[in-house]
Amino acid sequence: MSTGFVFALTGAALFALGVAGVVLIGHLLRRILAFNLMGSGTYLVLVGLAQRHDVPDPVPQAMVLTGIVVAVAATALALALVRKLHALTGQVELPDDANG
Amino acid sequence: MKRMVVALVVTLALAFVLLLTGAMLELGPVAIDLRAPVAAHLAQSGVSHPVTAVLLNYRGYDTLLEIAVLLLALLAILAVVGDTAATRPMASHPVLQMLARLATPLMIVVAIYLLWAGAFRPGGAFQAGAVLAAAAVLLHLVGLLPGWSTPGLRLRIGLVAGFALFLAVATGLLMHGTLLQYPPAAAGVLILLIEAGLTVSLALILAGLFLFLAREEAA
Repeated sequence: MSTGFVFALTGAALFALGVAGVVLIGHLLRRILAFNLMGSGTYLVLVGLAQRHDVPDPVPQAMVLTGIVVAVAATALALALVRKLHALTGQVELPDDANG
Repeated sequence: MKRMVVALVVTLALAFVLLLTGAMLELGPVAIDLRAPVAAHLAQSGVSHPVTAVLLNYRGYDTLLEIAVLLLALLAILAVVGDTAATRPMASHPVLQMLARLATPLMIVVAIYLLWAGAFRPGGAFQAGAVLAAAAVLLHLVGLLPGWSTPGLRLRIGLVAGFALFLAVATGLLMHGTLLQYPPAAAGVLILLIEAGLTVSLALILAGLFLFLAREEAA
């Protein structure tokens, strides 16, 4: 089993962990962290599987680099929205929309 | 009910991991192998590191839109946060401030090296910009740099400079044929120019993502 494959397996586990977190956790800050975990898992799968030949494939590596930057932007925007929500309502969870 | 949902989600997640592991163990031959084309055109791309060639030459669109997305996120944050008073830096321990003062020039040197190294080894504009932004965040955390309030004209120009420069080069190349298709002779210089602009803007945008959010709500 190559190192790249171990990366890819870890990435798959991290992604599933992140999905479970996004679905199950109500606290928005922790949900954002779980969302980032999903992203990190995806990057590990991409980079890990790109290494399964003698010469690593540079295209997935460039995609991951782009993805990281976009994820940073999305995370910062999400944090700003959570801060605004906290300032307006004092809550850090989304309201229950069972009756909405 | 709640417990059933948790059990269901965890079971599905585990099933997903098992399925994906199985799929990765039985991975077939590569359908589209881009390693050979990347290597074949590396000589014309103006840089000798394949990842930089993909980012700034073959897939220049991705990078152009990437900096646009960052800029958009920053604008959205400015719109969400609204007008607030700039925070005063918190007083911090003098030893921490001393260390930050020593680290900042080194981080600037590292950023310039990373920018330069991007042409032939791992590095490039995004890494350099991230290091510069980290220096700004470090200075803020030890209380030497105040959080940013509404950006002035100079900061606004700095924030959009990278995107504007990239777009100007792209449209300038349109006169010679295709958008973002560099002439092989000038590709190296153009890529370095774009990367230098990107580094400045990225550093300001990434630092801004932190420093604009570091302001206190004026409520």
